[in-house]
Amino acid sequence: MDLEFTPAEEAFRAEVREYYTTQVPARLSEKIRLGQHLDKAEQEEWHAILNRKGWLVPHWPVEWGGTGWSVVERYIVDLESSLANAPRALPFGINMLAPVLLKYGSEAQKAYWLPRIKDGSDWWCQGYSEPGAGSDLAALKTRAVRDGDHYVVNGQKTWTTLGQHATMMFALVRTGQSERRQEGISFLLVDMASPGIEVRPIITLDGGHEVNEVFFSDVRVPVANLVGEENRGWTYAKYLLTYERTGMASVGASTAALGWLRSIAGKARRNGQPLLDDPLFAARVARAEIELANLSTTALRVVAAVAGGGAPGAESSMLKIKGTELRQEISALTRRALGPHAQPFMPEALEEGFNGEAVGPEGAAAVTPQYFNLRKLSIFGGSNEIQKNIISKMILQL
Amino acid sequence: MDFSHSDDRRMLADTLDRFIAGRSDPMARARLAETAPGYDPSLWEGFAELGAIGALFSEDHGGFGGSGFDLMVVFEALGRGLTAAPFLSTLMSGRALALAGRADEVEEIVAGTRLVAFAHDETDAGYDRASVATRAERSGDGWVLNGGKSVVRDAEGADLLISARTAGGEADPEGISLFLVPAGTSGVSLNAYPCVDGGRAAEIALKDVALPATALVGEGGALIAEAMAAGTLALCAEALGLMEVIRDATVEYLRTRVQFGEPIGRNQALQHRMATVLLEIEQARSAVINAAAALDRNGDDRERVLSAAKFTIGKTGTFVAEEAIQLHGGIGMTWELAMTHFAKRLVLINHQLGDEDYHLTRFIALGRAA
Repeated sequence: MDLEFTPAEEAFRAEVREYYTTQVPARLSEKIRLGQHLDKAEQEEWHAILNRKGWLVPHWPVEWGGTGWSVVERYIVDLESSLANAPRALPFGINMLAPVLLKYGSEAQKAYWLPRIKDGSDWWCQGYSEPGAGSDLAALKTRAVRDGDHYVVNGQKTWTTLGQHATMMFALVRTGQSERRQEGISFLLVDMASPGIEVRPIITLDGGHEVNEVFFSDVRVPVANLVGEENRGWTYAKYLLTYERTGMASVGASTAALGWLRSIAGKARRNGQPLLDDPLFAARVARAEIELANLSTTALRVVAAVAGGGAPGAESSMLKIKGTELRQEISALTRRALGPHAQPFMPEALEEGFNGEAVGPEGAAAVTPQYFNLRKLSIFGGSNEIQKNIISKMILQL
Repeated sequence: MDFSHSDDRRMLADTLDRFIAGRSDPMARARLAETAPGYDPSLWEGFAELGAIGALFSEDHGGFGGSGFDLMVVFEALGRGLTAAPFLSTLMSGRALALAGRADEVEEIVAGTRLVAFAHDETDAGYDRASVATRAERSGDGWVLNGGKSVVRDAEGADLLISARTAGGEADPEGISLFLVPAGTSGVSLNAYPCVDGGRAAEIALKDVALPATALVGEGGALIAEAMAAGTLALCAEALGLMEVIRDATVEYLRTRVQFGEPIGRNQALQHRMATVLLEIEQARSAVINAAAALDRNGDDRERVLSAAKFTIGKTGTFVAEEAIQLHGGIGMTWELAMTHFAKRLVLINHQLGDEDYHLTRFIALGRAA
């Protein structure tokens, strides 16, 4: 056993740290540190910065612009970028669609869409969930009917993250009638400017507008935008979901969040001493810190297994459960550290250029909304209960 | 980065697993605890011949291992077998004596011919390592010890490595020394008993125990810390081995026990509990790996990682034991089921060398000091 990175990996880590600590615009990292959302222009700005550096699409094949990094190197980048409060590149095109196109797309599709993902020409959103198809994704009903060289799409998608900015959607639609619900689903690329598409905001419990409903009425999609074979979309979607779950250990993000918690709890005073010195609160923070140290090693074990030729299977379910529970716990502790100052609801303080009077400690305005926003972690990407079903079936074979 | 054990350690683990499976019955542990010494001496000789004791010590001290991952491999295997043998006492006393430069005694310990119990805990000390009331006073060239030690494992028929205060107040971390007291020394009396998890321990009364100057092994601080560090890792690894067996037994039970016409493992309520057990064990494994890597380092960082591991093991071990008993239902309440003996050992590991609260508090204090 050897828990250390190799000298080459350490050198790489130093290079990555140097880049992220010096090259992320302070405007952006400050927003991340304080739990604020980037707007569309800022998200595109960061996308372009990473693309210029050549680090936007590390896991793509080198001929398509990938970096050729090992899984360990990718883990290091993930960690260091989170520690530096760098924004994350949006995953929809880069991490979710691209692997499917690379594996199942036609040469023409790859040649057209991949460069556009990379240079930011398209903003992709994911069209999977529907009102009646959440964890049970195969229950989806949105239908696409062939009409000449088009599909005509009718139905509704929901929880479409940042769909309000999207120019393109990759969607699962029903194209066939089959006994097995998983058959008869196809994977379509839909232009969000098509006539018949309507995007309506969903305001989440924290007051934010992150997700949307998308309605389709007689939306015409060229048959050329079908990925792979008709009625085989479920296979492609499952492939994509494994990609979605790796990285959900979020060790870097939890490490940064724990630092933020310590900073708030170190300044907050209770009974004449820093809250961080209160034995009960200190114990809660220490538990989270130990859980994180354990999770970091668990995540590295999975990374090492993948580097050794394994595939991320049900282990990624374990990382998802522990990783999301821990992030939620840290955000709950941060909320509690604010004490009475968790109460004010000041969404305007989270906006660019707010110059009203701040209430409570620095960054307080984002804490409680973020706590509520992060409840999503144990629900999306296959709820944590679904992950336990997967563990029961795949690992325990119950 | 590499999370697989070296070939040598994998071979050691295989050898131990085979030896233990062939020679040691998990159910024997409770039976052996009824009489002194609480284990089978011929099994202990077998372990010595196999090199299992040597794996716990470095070449400088007559062994062929001694690193954190060597300890992890050995004690994980011992846990899997619920093995009754004085490994922990041997490790802790041996490591302290080795650090003190007592080469002759260490050689015999590594050979398995000398047993030395680690006699540090006292009745009113809880887990506090500095709380030593037993006193050693100079008497001519030698020393006289008075006081008592509590819940000393493997003490019967063994030499005793006794901590005693030569200076300072009762909870002072300074002023503690270690003395090596041969078995049967006059003034030492043992009240021995079996433990709930198997094995035997004793209350030790020390009344005017006269010792020669050579009995003084050295100043206690660093020696006790070395013994505690190695012992803490060993207990964590043993717990991991226990948890592996309990996990497998419980999954097997969920697959085969039929109620309402189907295996009980078809019930999602039970599946999710079992899935949680599984992932908590993997987190505990990571904690043990971290501790094994840390053992060979020095200073507060090592101590902090060890406390993180023992906290994790205390919390998770208790959780796994309680869940396993619950998931087994009625049969999980019986003495005849081997799993329940693994579960008892697992719970009581939380009572050796500091429980989860003790180690969480220590983890916090060490973090503040840093």
